Amino acid sequence: MAAVAEFKPLSFSHLRQGMTVRIVRVDARCEDALRLQEMGLTAGTTFAVLKVAPFGDPIEIDVRGYRLCLRKRETSCFELEAVSA
Amino acid sequence: MKDPELRSASHTPLIALVGNPNAGKTSVFNRLTGAHQKVGNYPGVTVEKVEGSFRLPSGTVRCVDVPGLYSLEPKSEDERVAVQVIEGSEPGLETPDLLVYVLDAGNLERNLYVFSQLAEVGRPMLVALTMVDRLKRRGVAIDIPQLEQALGVEVVPVVAHRGENVDRLREAIERNLQAPRVPELKFDLPTALEANANVFHDRLSRAGIDYDLSQTRAALVRPSEEFLNFLKITPELEEPFLEARRELTQESVAGRYHWAATVQKAVQTRSSDPARKSLTDKIDRFLTHRVFGLLFFVGVMYLVFQSIYTFAGPLMELIDGAFGALGEWAGRFLEGSPVLQSLVVDGIIAGVGGMIIFLPQILILFCFIAVLEGSGYLARAAFLMDRLLGWCGLNGRAFIPLLSSFACAIPGIMSARVMPDAKSRLATILVAPLMSCSARLPVYVLLIGAFIEPQFGAGWAGFTLFAMHFLGLLLAIPIAWALNKRVIRGRQLPFLLELPPYQWPRVKDVLLAMYFRGKVFVKVAGTIIVLMSIVIWALSYFPRSEAADAHYAADYRNKFEPEAPDEAGLEAYIGEKRLENSFLGRFGRTIAPVFAPAGFDWRITTAILCAFPAREVVVASMGILFQLGGDVDEESTDLRDKLQRATWPDGRPLMTPWTAVGLMVFFALCCQCMATLATVKRETNSTNWAVFMFCYMTGMAYLGAVLIHQIERLVT
Repeated sequence: MAAVAEFKPLSFSHLRQGMTVRIVRVDARCEDALRLQEMGLTAGTTFAVLKVAPFGDPIEIDVRGYRLCLRKRETSCFELEAVSA
Repeated sequence: MKDPELRSASHTPLIALVGNPNAGKTSVFNRLTGAHQKVGNYPGVTVEKVEGSFRLPSGTVRCVDVPGLYSLEPKSEDERVAVQVIEGSEPGLETPDLLVYVLDAGNLERNLYVFSQLAEVGRPMLVALTMVDRLKRRGVAIDIPQLEQALGVEVVPVVAHRGENVDRLREAIERNLQAPRVPELKFDLPTALEANANVFHDRLSRAGIDYDLSQTRAALVRPSEEFLNFLKITPELEEPFLEARRELTQESVAGRYHWAATVQKAVQTRSSDPARKSLTDKIDRFLTHRVFGLLFFVGVMYLVFQSIYTFAGPLMELIDGAFGALGEWAGRFLEGSPVLQSLVVDGIIAGVGGMIIFLPQILILFCFIAVLEGSGYLARAAFLMDRLLGWCGLNGRAFIPLLSSFACAIPGIMSARVMPDAKSRLATILVAPLMSCSARLPVYVLLIGAFIEPQFGAGWAGFTLFAMHFLGLLLAIPIAWALNKRVIRGRQLPFLLELPPYQWPRVKDVLLAMYFRGKVFVKVAGTIIVLMSIVIWALSYFPRSEAADAHYAADYRNKFEPEAPDEAGLEAYIGEKRLENSFLGRFGRTIAPVFAPAGFDWRITTAILCAFPAREVVVASMGILFQLGGDVDEESTDLRDKLQRATWPDGRPLMTPWTAVGLMVFFALCCQCMATLATVKRETNSTNWAVFMFCYMTGMAYLGAVLIHQIERLVT
């Protein structure tokens, strides 16, 4: 119902193995925004967090059927929300 | 055109293999061309150019393996080259007659994204669909005719590693060269384009730019250099314009992905439960696990390191022995003319041998890299290691070059090509030779054996050896950071590391990778090294004359003879005097004052100079300079004695444990290896970087040695 109230922005440190996450918005002014979108991480896409690396960064995700590593720095281009934990 | 002779005489068609990284391009290329490949560089850049050829019924076809790309909007040097090859604007390469797009069936959406961009280039295309077999095992089927219809070109499924359907691919290439098909995809213009075009049409005309609506549209989609310059002087338009462009780009990327998703849905049918874990999932539960994954990683790296460090040993000794025997054999033929004999034996044969000796290490390392990369493990290891190496501007992939460099910097530097980002790759290349390679070990063993172990015991001896190996790594990290911040220009790419599904590496791909790496090294590094070896040989040989030799012999008799005639002693004495009075020896004496602040005399200075082409000769040079002849090794007790008892002219001992450590630090940091410099020049495509590396390493080595000697003077 109250979609706005339910929206909880996620930061990198909240991402855990097994989470499903949706990209709400891509910050187009972010330097890497274009390339990240070209890799399939467009607004509205959901991805699953498969693994967090042993030292906390990067994370491995499953997006559009393939596996990609993302560093913390790159996830800062996105506004994320949790779809399921 | 039907006559094969006629066609090959007039024009050999060129096809280009294009595709995403990891789509299986190289496997397809190897299957098509076999060993008929040429590996070189594209002019002016460090991107590798791989070309090959194969025969079709209608004649020979040339084939270029275009670097993998994620988009036609290039971000890296590799992608820039790829786009230029595709568009036909790469100098020295004509426009390809046919683009063979290698499409990974297991990764349809993202692979179709690039296809959608390629389609707009308007060149004839053909699709080679890879990984269909793996998809089938997972219960997913692809409707090929449907896919052909969606893309508008012929689609040939190939299982490149088993060679299945490669003949069908060849036939399709033949067919498409005769009757080319250009894909026709229709994309709706982004809705944002029309609205923005209207807005900017007005604003531009008010700013005095007379563009009609379609020109405005074109400027929004792909602004010309001229137009961007105009914007720079019109700040009130620049920001809104860039904002509009970002909006358009976002919409068009989303549009292409929407199309790709639609096509995937139409052509893919899944008969198994999508939640079923794939084999890759199962393997990765362990291999990227935070504990088991790291343990496995350490194990693999240990194996790689041991192989280069230890297993290559017998092969290297074999090569060393073979070249030694060859030198002796050749020497006997040339006994009549000592100059020619020395040139051939000590200059050319020793020079070539000194280069070929690196081949076993290079081949072993590249065998491992091909297996690790081909299986998909390399990406996992990079994922695990990224945090440790990423903060100083390197990234997870840098562990292979750095670790290999502890055995030998040459394969290490060559292996830096596992890093797609040019900036991190260059930083890695520039710090890799700081890792203490196996050629430095004899110096450590000699000096630790002479000055540390007798006085401080085995414990400190072991610690010193470890410290010397650790020093390079310790310095490499801040240096990489500084190089990234200050020296290397350009922007770092986002760390987009794909983790491909696991697969068995292909023997053929591994063997070809080893063969071409070895060939490149011998060809490029070889010529420079042999030339330099001859120059250094000449400097240490000339001037030499019978008269001078007789003079040295008389000198020797005056000094020592009355006691007992000693042929070996005489020979060693003459050997030392010859080197002392050679151009190199004179140079060593001249610049000895430069090394005085480090506590080195002219003999150590000359030994250092002799070691610039290859540091491993230093022990033999010291043997000559301390009158023992060149046949000494690091375990030689005679040489240790001589070093311990050597004095300055005023009677002070020449070397103390401090100077020994200073000399070891010098060797640990100094760039004394021509083969490394030649490899850096080739891999960075620039003499400047090789010179830069030589200067910074040698400068640091000098400062380190001086610092240690000055501390000694303060505390003792």
